[in-house]
Amino acid sequence: MLISYREALNQAMREEMQRDSRVFLIGEEVGYYQGAFKVSKGFVEEFGVERVLDTPITEAGFTGLAVGAAMAGLRPIVELMTFNFGILALDQIVNNAAKVRYMSGGQLSAPMVIRGPGSAAHQLAAQHSQSLEAWFCHVPGLKVIAPATPSDAKGLLKSAIRDENPVIFIEAQLLYGTKGEVPDHDYSLPIGKAAVTRTGSDVTIVAYSKMALLALEAAEALSKEGINAEVIDLRTLKPLDTDTLLESVKKTGRVVIVEEGWEFCGLGAQIAETIYSKGFDLLDGPIVRVAGEEVPMPYTRPLEDLAIPDAARVISAVKKNL
Amino acid sequence: MITRVVMPKLTDTMEEGVVVAWKKHEGDAVDSGDILAEIETDKAVLDLESFGSGVLRKVLVPEGETVKAGKLIAVIGEQDDDIEATLAETSEDKTAAPEPQKDSAAPSPKQKPSQPSPAPSTPTKGEKSGSAKTETQATKAERSPESKIKVSPRAKVLAKEKGIDLSTIKGSGPEGRIVEADIQGQVKTPKVLEGEAQDIPLSQMRKAIARVTTSSKAPVPHFYLTTEVAMDQAERLRKQMEELGNGPLSLTVLFVRAAALALARHPEMNVSFMGEALRRHATIDIGIAVALEEGLITPVIRDCAGKNILQVAEEIRDLFVRAKSQQLTPEEYAGATFSISNLGMYEVDNFIAVLMPPQAASLAIGAVNIVPVARGRAIKLSRRMKVTLSCDHRALDGAQGARFLQSFKRALEKPLELFLPLKTRSKRDHEIDQ
Repeated sequence: MLISYREALNQAMREEMQRDSRVFLIGEEVGYYQGAFKVSKGFVEEFGVERVLDTPITEAGFTGLAVGAAMAGLRPIVELMTFNFGILALDQIVNNAAKVRYMSGGQLSAPMVIRGPGSAAHQLAAQHSQSLEAWFCHVPGLKVIAPATPSDAKGLLKSAIRDENPVIFIEAQLLYGTKGEVPDHDYSLPIGKAAVTRTGSDVTIVAYSKMALLALEAAEALSKEGINAEVIDLRTLKPLDTDTLLESVKKTGRVVIVEEGWEFCGLGAQIAETIYSKGFDLLDGPIVRVAGEEVPMPYTRPLEDLAIPDAARVISAVKKNL
Repeated sequence: MITRVVMPKLTDTMEEGVVVAWKKHEGDAVDSGDILAEIETDKAVLDLESFGSGVLRKVLVPEGETVKAGKLIAVIGEQDDDIEATLAETSEDKTAAPEPQKDSAAPSPKQKPSQPSPAPSTPTKGEKSGSAKTETQATKAERSPESKIKVSPRAKVLAKEKGIDLSTIKGSGPEGRIVEADIQGQVKTPKVLEGEAQDIPLSQMRKAIARVTTSSKAPVPHFYLTTEVAMDQAERLRKQMEELGNGPLSLTVLFVRAAALALARHPEMNVSFMGEALRRHATIDIGIAVALEEGLITPVIRDCAGKNILQVAEEIRDLFVRAKSQQLTPEEYAGATFSISNLGMYEVDNFIAVLMPPQAASLAIGAVNIVPVARGRAIKLSRRMKVTLSCDHRALDGAQGARFLQSFKRALEKPLELFLPLKTRSKRDHEIDQ
């Protein structure tokens, strides 16, 4: 079935809410407005206002409420209108959700999903165009997922909702309208398993979310020049699928990492370190990173385009590496 | 006191060694000077002597295993010494400091602990201290050529697996980095042979030969001069000497003596190219290539000009016997200033020798054949052999080599000259030293 990324997320939540009455959705405009990006379309009609909760603009408040609900036995899904606003809820996410199991000696836990759009869309400027996944990956106790395709989005969101731990689920805003084949049957995908979305022998391009699609585009262009790139879509950022990474590097010997976020202390640094420390002898050249420019995202379109990695930069990085 | 026993670095070319056999075992009492183990270097099997006393507390390397020079291979201490900290040390980084330290085991009973192993261009008696210092620096710079080579980790591992010397490979990666494809290019074999082919691991000696000859042939601009020598007189004289009861006198002895004479007459040939200077050696130290099962070794006859032909003969006999059983010490096969290689006994008429840096010249000697020669209007049979001189053009020119060859040829063609004492510059220096 060919459906959009948005519809795939909608299906995942609907199926899980149908399956498990403890699951509920909370956030700004998730109810009557059906979500700022229409991900919760039809939910109020189906599940009622008790399970689809509209909130005021109070990220710390409703995220904290969800942490409490999770500790009390429910399984909340918090929709952040964008992860940029999640910064307001960081104390609840980092200090409560991520740590409660550890600090209570296992007596309490926070099985919840915090989801919403991340990274840059078109001309939303500095405060609304950030890729903050590295922040969340840094915190012990959180799992972080960033799917690139509708089928991965559905399968992984279902796993996230069923997980006993707090899961950060980042949806790239520009992916909501993208379409892909999604299985009709009920399915879930394992958290912590990357996908080799294109096989190749010359270089491994590691990416996730929107950049995973960019990597495929670059790989196709490279193949016309006789360069056979393998593309790994991480899907889950934490825990990182080290085995799949090393298996690929064993084959190709060369790595290019693509991320939309800022380079310094970015996720690419962690991926590179993992490969260097566990697969140094597999490498046939230094790892090359492609990342967003270290600037607040410009509003103006030409500058915005320059700040975000594009296929040409990925292609150039691969050639530099070979 | 705890004594660290490390794999000694006995020569400049030695990067690793094999522990052939342990002569002491864990728990054995050890006195300073006792032989701990037999070590196979790139040229010979040597005794590893203990520098410390106590008990051999721990043996870290089993017999037959190859380890890098500088790596900790055993620990000696008193029964109650805590050796854990010593064992925890990774000794890989010690390779940069190969000279035996006062608490390390000595590499060989004949080697003075305070001196590094002899370099191929061993400065000898007549050498000034200034040039000796330069030598030490040059030696250090040459010690780890691979440290300056840009190579990817993957290529490095592969090269090690395949036994490929990285210094022989030109990198094709960014900034000249050696990458996997460069190594693969070296190891590809024709497919048709794959079924029957067999990879024989390189012996230490074979690795050293590969390294040295490559470092010679590639960067040293060689040139070659060939001449023919009439050997009738020399053969006759050799027989007469034997008849006089001087024991068997090989042609090799005559060649060494003739070369020494020619070098004494043309000291400009007894040199090494040292980059910024030409080093004219004070003594004539001639290396003679000896074929072994594993490869090649060149025992050195030191100060040839200061020895008469019978002394040279005696020395060659002794060195050859010990070379065949791999019992030479590094100072006996390193540091020649000139080399002779003779393949005449294998019916080779003529060949070209590869220089052994930093030597500037090397003589390749072919078989003595009986050939018809025109003398006046008559044709007579004569014993003739061809010799080819290989020269480093950075140090020598054609005319110099040609003059040397003339002297060498004349000494063998009028061999009485071989029995006269040499009045040489090196002899004078030798006397001044004393």
